[in-house]
Amino acid sequence: MTDSGADRSAKQILIAEDEPNIVELLTFILERAGCVTRAVTDGEAAIAEIRREAPDVLLLDLMLPKHDGYAVLKAVRGSADNAELPVVMLTAKGQERDRKVAESLGVNAFITKPFSNQDVVDQVLALAGAGAPAR
Amino acid sequence: MLTADVVVAIALGYVGLLFLLAFLSDRWSRKGSRWISNSPLIYTLSISVYCTSWTFYGAVGSAARNGLEFITIYLGPTLVFLGWWYLLRKLVRIGQVNRISSIADLISSRYGKSNTLAVMVTLMAVIGTTPYIALQLKAVTTSFDVVSGGSGDLLGNLSGDNSGIDPALLVAVGMALFTILFGTRNLDANEQHPGVVAAIAFEALVKLLALLMVGLFVVFSFGGLENLFPEEMSRRLLERENVFGGRWAVLTFLSATAIICLPREFQVTVVENARESHLRTAGWLFPAYLLLICLFILPIAAAGLTRLPEGANPDMFVLTVPMAANQEMLALFAFIGGFSSATSMVIVACIALSIMISNHIVMPVVLRLRWLRLYDSADLKTLVLFSRRFSILLILFLGLVYYRLSAQTEALASMGLIAFAGVAQFLPSLLAGLYWRQATARGAKLGLMGGVVLWVYTLLLPSLAEEGTVFGQIVSNGLFGWEMLRPEALFGMTGFDPLVHAIVWSMTANTALLIAGSLFSEQAPLERLQSALFVDVFRNTPGDESRALVRSAAIDDLRLLSRRILGADAADRQFRDFALRQGRDDGVPVADTAFITHLERQIGGNVGAASARVMISEVVSGETISLDEIIRMVDETQQVIEYSQALEANSRTLEQTAAQLRQANQRLMRLDTEKDDFLSQVSHELRTPMTSIRSFAEALLKADEMPPDQARRFMRIIHDESLRLTSLLDDILDLSHLESGEVRWQVERLDPETAAISAIAACEGLAAETGVRVDHVPADTTAAIRGNRDRLSQILINLISNAIKYNDSPEPWVRIESRVEAGRWRVDVRDNGPGAGDVAPDQLFSKFARGWRQIAKGRSGTGLGLAISAEIARRHGGDLSLTESSEQGSCFTLTLPVTQ
Repeated sequence: MTDSGADRSAKQILIAEDEPNIVELLTFILERAGCVTRAVTDGEAAIAEIRREAPDVLLLDLMLPKHDGYAVLKAVRGSADNAELPVVMLTAKGQERDRKVAESLGVNAFITKPFSNQDVVDQVLALAGAGAPAR
Repeated sequence: MLTADVVVAIALGYVGLLFLLAFLSDRWSRKGSRWISNSPLIYTLSISVYCTSWTFYGAVGSAARNGLEFITIYLGPTLVFLGWWYLLRKLVRIGQVNRISSIADLISSRYGKSNTLAVMVTLMAVIGTTPYIALQLKAVTTSFDVVSGGSGDLLGNLSGDNSGIDPALLVAVGMALFTILFGTRNLDANEQHPGVVAAIAFEALVKLLALLMVGLFVVFSFGGLENLFPEEMSRRLLERENVFGGRWAVLTFLSATAIICLPREFQVTVVENARESHLRTAGWLFPAYLLLICLFILPIAAAGLTRLPEGANPDMFVLTVPMAANQEMLALFAFIGGFSSATSMVIVACIALSIMISNHIVMPVVLRLRWLRLYDSADLKTLVLFSRRFSILLILFLGLVYYRLSAQTEALASMGLIAFAGVAQFLPSLLAGLYWRQATARGAKLGLMGGVVLWVYTLLLPSLAEEGTVFGQIVSNGLFGWEMLRPEALFGMTGFDPLVHAIVWSMTANTALLIAGSLFSEQAPLERLQSALFVDVFRNTPGDESRALVRSAAIDDLRLLSRRILGADAADRQFRDFALRQGRDDGVPVADTAFITHLERQIGGNVGAASARVMISEVVSGETISLDEIIRMVDETQQVIEYSQALEANSRTLEQTAAQLRQANQRLMRLDTEKDDFLSQVSHELRTPMTSIRSFAEALLKADEMPPDQARRFMRIIHDESLRLTSLLDDILDLSHLESGEVRWQVERLDPETAAISAIAACEGLAAETGVRVDHVPADTTAAIRGNRDRLSQILINLISNAIKYNDSPEPWVRIESRVEAGRWRVDVRDNGPGAGDVAPDQLFSKFARGWRQIAKGRSGTGLGLAISAEIARRHGGDLSLTESSEQGSCFTLTLPVTQ
């Protein structure tokens, strides 16, 4: 977040998560992997932030206040500009049903909490490379 | 002026017409024409044999003397036909199924084919009917005298008239001839007499027309009803004290009984009934007929009282009113109407009584005489016919004798009523026979006997008594001179109308004896069988009596017997038909139990059930009545009823159970969903701290060059999240124990304020840390409750710590305020925090309530605190609720019941 403007090749990651500890953790591991992160704590803010400036990857928690993860995902996929935005969904609910729903809505990756840090970083980087062109 | 000769000639002509009609009808029906038996109209008209000359002449007389009282005589039958139609239908059904030939046969059959009962009923019927026949003879002679003599002697004192043959004798002979010719022509199955029925129906029309014409004449000749009934007349006829009194009720009851119990009514309604469906028509048509008959009674009475001199016999107004107006033809027609009423009654009564006398008195005696037994050549059929004819002559002779003896008695009505009261004694046995399975022959005999004795003593005796005779002595002083036994004031019952008095005593005694006798005696096997067949005639009875009677006979003996009773043709037809039914083509049925029972019924239709049974017993060898089978049959019906009731009850229970199951199932499904939700929520709540723990630990492991303060911070998070995880698990276990009711805690009497004080003390640290001011305003009265101090503190700690933790006001405070009101201790925990937002109150207390958790981000909180607190409150008989919530703050209120 701090010097994102300087590193233009760094991947922009938007973290939508309401648990402060998890935000801190995700920020820590992704920045260590060379990404630039922004964070929002609810669904509404996530949608606004994407509209303002689309990230390279969206890390989206499922249980968000004010529009949950599904609603945000739907909004993204239904939008004109960001329909192709790679989305990694995080959830503590860990039920197969949720994965099905997310996949049907067009999620790119689905990660259950608790997760391996390495796994999250790998998935995000893979999507960031394949997804929208770097700026 | 009509002369006696003319009147006699016309009356003879009319009788000739009746003979012709009866003859033709008989011949038509013999040729197979069924229009008489097919017509519900003819059936209904024949029932109107109820309206005798007593009705025809006497009703006007009664109206002139007693006002509206005459209506009761029509009210009773109307009520029965309109309101108790089911009784009639049951009678008719039983009559057809069992080939019942008379009311005596019915009562005797029901009570185990007891001939004693049959004889009792027969004798009673004869005693009750004889005065009635005499009444008809008297009416004919009096009216004859009035219409032909013109002597002005309207009292009809004919006994001293020696000018020629007494018309009563002529009438009696004529009626005997008619009845013998058409009533005993043959022994038809079911004792049906189409010729007689046709003639009776015709006479019913004649009498109705005659009465209507006289009535119309009266109304028109007076120029309308208002002239007929000036105020004085209306008052005289209509304003009587006795209307709707005890006598009114008793008269209605008697006439209702008569329409069922009079032998002649039983004959036309039940025995002559060809189809049960005819009863449906009669159900409304007969009351309509009675209404028409009633229509002009009052106008004629009023006309008689107005036009005729004082002292004129009101019983003859129907004749004398037209005669006074010189309407001789009308008077003659009225005479023919009255004649019709009288003759139809005499004919049907004679037939009914002759069947009873012959079947129940003559035949049983004859059957006991050796020389007439089966193997002799005597034709029983001829014998039966002979005994019938003899009986008819006997009855008419009795009537004639009674008429001669009682010629001085004036009022027709009183004689009719005495007869009504006599036959009313059949009613208890009849009704009990149809509806009370436990009624026994002994009960019926006792009841009948008691009722008849009281009827004779309280009603018949006083009517015969004259001053100075022995009877007169008894009436005025009581039997043996005992005041208590005075016939018209039995046991000191004074002040009643004699008729009311007699009916109350005789019917009460009759019914009481019937019930007592039945309760204290056992039914014989055959009786038990018959009672089941009669009472349950509309149910699908499990079988007829052949199931319970095992007997066999030589087929030739049976053939001989039935030929002699039924006639050769009819008997052979029965045999052929039954052989066919048994599937035998040689025309000879097997003499099995079913066939013997069938034959007994056919024969019973001709000679009565009791006699038929005696006859059949003659040829039957080895008869055993299987008591077990009878009990089974009776029980089966009972069981079927009980079973179906049990089934109904069962299906009701099943429905209830199903509903309960549905509810339980829904609840289970809801619980299951709740459990799933809960598990998934627990999983979610556990995964969140676990994610932090795992990932921060992983970050610490992987990162080599992490600044020490960042490492410390990560370890602090791991530590805090571990604590959160532990308290979460504790809360889950606590709540699950609370909800399953497994938690037992010490309950003591305590001051709840102490729980509040300790809770506030527990939160002091947190309050100091966050800078929240905590105030305590205790109640000014002390209260005691029963509960657990630690658990109550737990609730308050939860409430207070929530209020502290979530309070983001710049000057945060929490106030704990308690008071005692309406038998409850109440504590409010109020804060100036952000409120509960738009979270529904009931959701607030559910597990993992969200909403507040949003505000609690990053702070310890499990989402189970309020759910646990609410559960603890509930288990203390108390209540926890959110009473205020706004952006200015919120208030949770706990109330607990105060103990005494």
